[in-house]
Amino acid sequence: MSARDSVVYAARLARIELSNADLDAFAPHLQEILAYVGKLNQLDTAGVEPTAHVVPLRNVTAADTVTPSLDRAQALQSAPRTRDGFFAIPAVIE
Amino acid sequence: MSSLQPVIGLEVHVQLSTATKMFCRCRNRFGDPPNTNVCPVCLGLPGSLPVANCQAIEYGMKAGLVLNCSIARFSKFDRKNYFYPDLPKNYQISQYDLPMCGTGWLDADVHGERTRFGITRVHLEEDAGKLVHDNPGGESLVDLNRAGTPLLEIVSEPDMRSPEEAYAYLTTLRQLISYLGISDCTMEEGSLRCDANVSIRPQGSKTLGTKVEIKNMNSFKSVEKALAYEIRRQTAAVESGEPIVQETRLFDAATEKTSPMRSKEQAHDYRYFPDPDLVPLTFSDEQVARWRAELPEAPGARKTRFVTAFELSAYDAAVLTADRACADYFEEVVRAGAPAKPAANWIANNLLAKLNEEQRSIVTCPITPVHMAAMILMVERKEISSTNAKNDVFPELFSSGKPPADIAAAKGLAQVCDTGQIDLWVRQAIERNPDSLASLREGKVKAAGKIVGAVMQASKGKANPALVNARLRVILGTDHGITLP
Amino acid sequence: MTETVAQVLAALRSGALSAREAVQTALDRIAACEPAIAAFLAIRADAALAEAGRMDDARARGITPGPLAGLPIGVKDLICEHNIECTCASRILKGYLPPYDATVIARLRAAGAIPVGRLNMDEFAMGSSTEHSAFQLTRNPWDTARIPGGSSGGSAAAVAAREVPFALGSDTGGSIRQPASFCGVTGLKPTYGRVSRYGLVAYASSLDQIGPMALTAEDIALTLPFLAGHDTHDSTSADMPVPDYAGELCHGVKGLKIGVPKEYFVVGIDAEVEHAVRAAISQFSHLGAEVVEVSLPHTEYAIATYYIIATAEASSNLERYDGIHYGHRSASARSLPEVYAKSRREGFGLEVIRRIILGTYVLSAGYYDAYYLKALKVRTLIRQDFDRAFNQVDLLVTPTAPTPAFAFGEKMNDPLQMYLADIFTVSVNLAGIPGLSLPCGFSKAGLPIGVQLLAKPFAEDTLLQAGHAYQEATDHHRRRPPLCGGKED
Repeated sequence: MSARDSVVYAARLARIELSNADLDAFAPHLQEILAYVGKLNQLDTAGVEPTAHVVPLRNVTAADTVTPSLDRAQALQSAPRTRDGFFAIPAVIE
Repeated sequence: MSSLQPVIGLEVHVQLSTATKMFCRCRNRFGDPPNTNVCPVCLGLPGSLPVANCQAIEYGMKAGLVLNCSIARFSKFDRKNYFYPDLPKNYQISQYDLPMCGTGWLDADVHGERTRFGITRVHLEEDAGKLVHDNPGGESLVDLNRAGTPLLEIVSEPDMRSPEEAYAYLTTLRQLISYLGISDCTMEEGSLRCDANVSIRPQGSKTLGTKVEIKNMNSFKSVEKALAYEIRRQTAAVESGEPIVQETRLFDAATEKTSPMRSKEQAHDYRYFPDPDLVPLTFSDEQVARWRAELPEAPGARKTRFVTAFELSAYDAAVLTADRACADYFEEVVRAGAPAKPAANWIANNLLAKLNEEQRSIVTCPITPVHMAAMILMVERKEISSTNAKNDVFPELFSSGKPPADIAAAKGLAQVCDTGQIDLWVRQAIERNPDSLASLREGKVKAAGKIVGAVMQASKGKANPALVNARLRVILGTDHGITLP
Repeated sequence: MTETVAQVLAALRSGALSAREAVQTALDRIAACEPAIAAFLAIRADAALAEAGRMDDARARGITPGPLAGLPIGVKDLICEHNIECTCASRILKGYLPPYDATVIARLRAAGAIPVGRLNMDEFAMGSSTEHSAFQLTRNPWDTARIPGGSSGGSAAAVAAREVPFALGSDTGGSIRQPASFCGVTGLKPTYGRVSRYGLVAYASSLDQIGPMALTAEDIALTLPFLAGHDTHDSTSADMPVPDYAGELCHGVKGLKIGVPKEYFVVGIDAEVEHAVRAAISQFSHLGAEVVEVSLPHTEYAIATYYIIATAEASSNLERYDGIHYGHRSASARSLPEVYAKSRREGFGLEVIRRIILGTYVLSAGYYDAYYLKALKVRTLIRQDFDRAFNQVDLLVTPTAPTPAFAFGEKMNDPLQMYLADIFTVSVNLAGIPGLSLPCGFSKAGLPIGVQLLAKPFAEDTLLQAGHAYQEATDHHRRRPPLCGGKED
């Protein structure tokens, strides 16, 4: 995939509408950065465990006890559009 | 007809009946006004963080144990990234490559044959919210009350070869899960959902054909019908040389057909990666052993025990143990003093039918086991007739919840066992039914039923039926010279 | 002089300063300096004064004030305060009101601290100069033609200009330490898990930490206990006891072994930076520490590792900004796909979009193993470098940044160049260890230079003791920017 195609693909997955001018601007940057980060492949990591978490914590859970929810006005206060206590969006066909 | 073999795999999602959601402590409850059981976490507000529900983890592990799955010693949560309005973070916290439970199996009864179906994995994830469509104004509405509900995903091996096998798998799975008490698991209420993967291949082939995903099946029967249709469709396609398209198809219950989803979306790239906000889960042998020890008796074992310990028929035992709540109810009735066989009859034949009629479940049965036992004992002790019990006491017991003794007394239902009185009624009934007498003379034994019925009516149900039959036999002999076989 | 946290708290506790006066002083300084530096995105003068007033009244009635009662503080605009606009310096969150407090805010307020305003930053903490704020440029108080650093540029500038004695910042790849170094203030990135992230708008979840920024190590020691500690709302928060940082502060560095990683002096550092940092190292020697050379062999891979992991996590964390539940929704969106695609394009700045694209790409099918998984493995190697080093030494000392503050626009054309400047700070987040930046000198042009101290996990006490010992023996931290009169304490 060319850098431009990569940007198109990623932008679609990330739901960001990019114009041709945007693509022209991003593609060389992406290419340069990917070339740079690709240098990790110089390293031999055979047998190395990946670190997904730096903390050595395990089994952090909470008891199944109800705590108060937000009141609805608070839950919806920053929504761009609501109706009758719901979040509202343009009609979706399923 | 065909040398083609269907290959079916089922993906079942079970909503767990924990008190709170999977990653926050909002109430896990259906039916509340929209967006009232929400908090920064399940709303996906900036800065919020998930904390795993330990009860959900325990429920998930017990399900894995009951399905004979291997238990992961190390497990983690991953993010499944995709955009949809019912998914507030636009990623779902799920489990990808290290699920809690690995391969297992269950045994189901297919046309009387015990058949084993493999299970690939069991894992935990969070449910999405609900989208409401078809509103005036051309908008869709989002309710996030359900967002974050704990879901157990159970993936079967592609081991089923017919819709009947799929149906048997589902009913057994449902029974096993409901026995654990971890979910209501009702498809109609959405606490159990099923998607299917169907392909076909030549008999004897080891490779899998192109897989088609089927969604939107809302009952076990729908699953069976959808699979039947889909198999016919794929068979016809292959036999006429058409390729099977790998796609997702929706079942339409009205037409009983599947059709491709309208939105032709590309296959999702979910970009799974370990969720950095949650730490891994590890399970020790001791913990797993403790959970295993806490498992309730499995339905199969319970059915066997009912047969041996209570001397019930296999059929009755199966009826009573189909649902755990029913089996629990039966044992409580027995514990309250009722003899097992009559208790089994009453529950299997009368109570379940009445509950069904009233669209209630045994969990909300208005007759307490103690009252049920009391009524059965009254019949056993001949204090009331079985007829009165069935027609007069039982319905009122169901509707009023009053003790059976009070109901019987109020209605004056004390059973009549006085031979003299019964003989009177019998002779009256014979007199009023000369045709029946004639039939009896001819050896038609069934005619006795009408006379017994007449006696029961005259006695307003209070006559002891067994005694009526016995006295009728005697009187037919002494008064009319008729001997019944 | 009442400008450090220690001085202000002493005056507040003795009654020499009332809470109202402390807040008013901050507001006066803010009014005086903001036209030049624009560190604050929002100031809430009336609410802060009212709160201070209530505290003074309560004290007059005999109620014991909280330990931080009356301390005016600034809050980086990505830490949630209940019903206070939280924008993360992004248009996509303009007008967003969180319905809850971050845990650190709740703790600071319970202790009596008074937030006076929201501080500018790079949008969603993605940047090293605060130039990526969607709303305004913040200027370095030492030279207003230069950047204050980033992403906690507003926090560093506000403390340097003496607008507030204390500010909260956040650090994912150096975002507290680098601006602290560029602005001549003291900043701490705590051990990962030391401070709760609940209420911190996430950039890269496995790297982010909230941290304190102030004028001295002592100030940090006084305030860190109110930030640190286990939080049941944050599954990654450590359940470890919080030391008495202030009580143990005067330990000194005698007998401590300090390592100098050779790889940190090989990169193209500015000569003046190297000079100042080596002077600081000598200072530690004079104070009784033993200085040895150590090696962190995987240093050259740190930036690549960081930018893969951070952007991958960010691409996922920022998916929630979709125009549906909060934040900006495009006025021209007619369908759901347009709500997503247009709102996000309009709402996010270009650097944020660039990082989302990169992060999405490195996680995508076919590339996950080569980039993301590989980076997680190199992260292990980087952690192991530090583990080995801390088996030999108690602390590590490095420059915080390779240069002093650069000019506006200097690095905006080439994102990669901007990223490469993070070379001394990113490893610290990857390993999860704590890092403290202290002022250690000035360039000939009068620009601050910072020295960074690193310790093993949960050894903030050792860091602060060393920092305090250094600051008792030097006076770089007391020098004030010309903006504030240029006089020393």
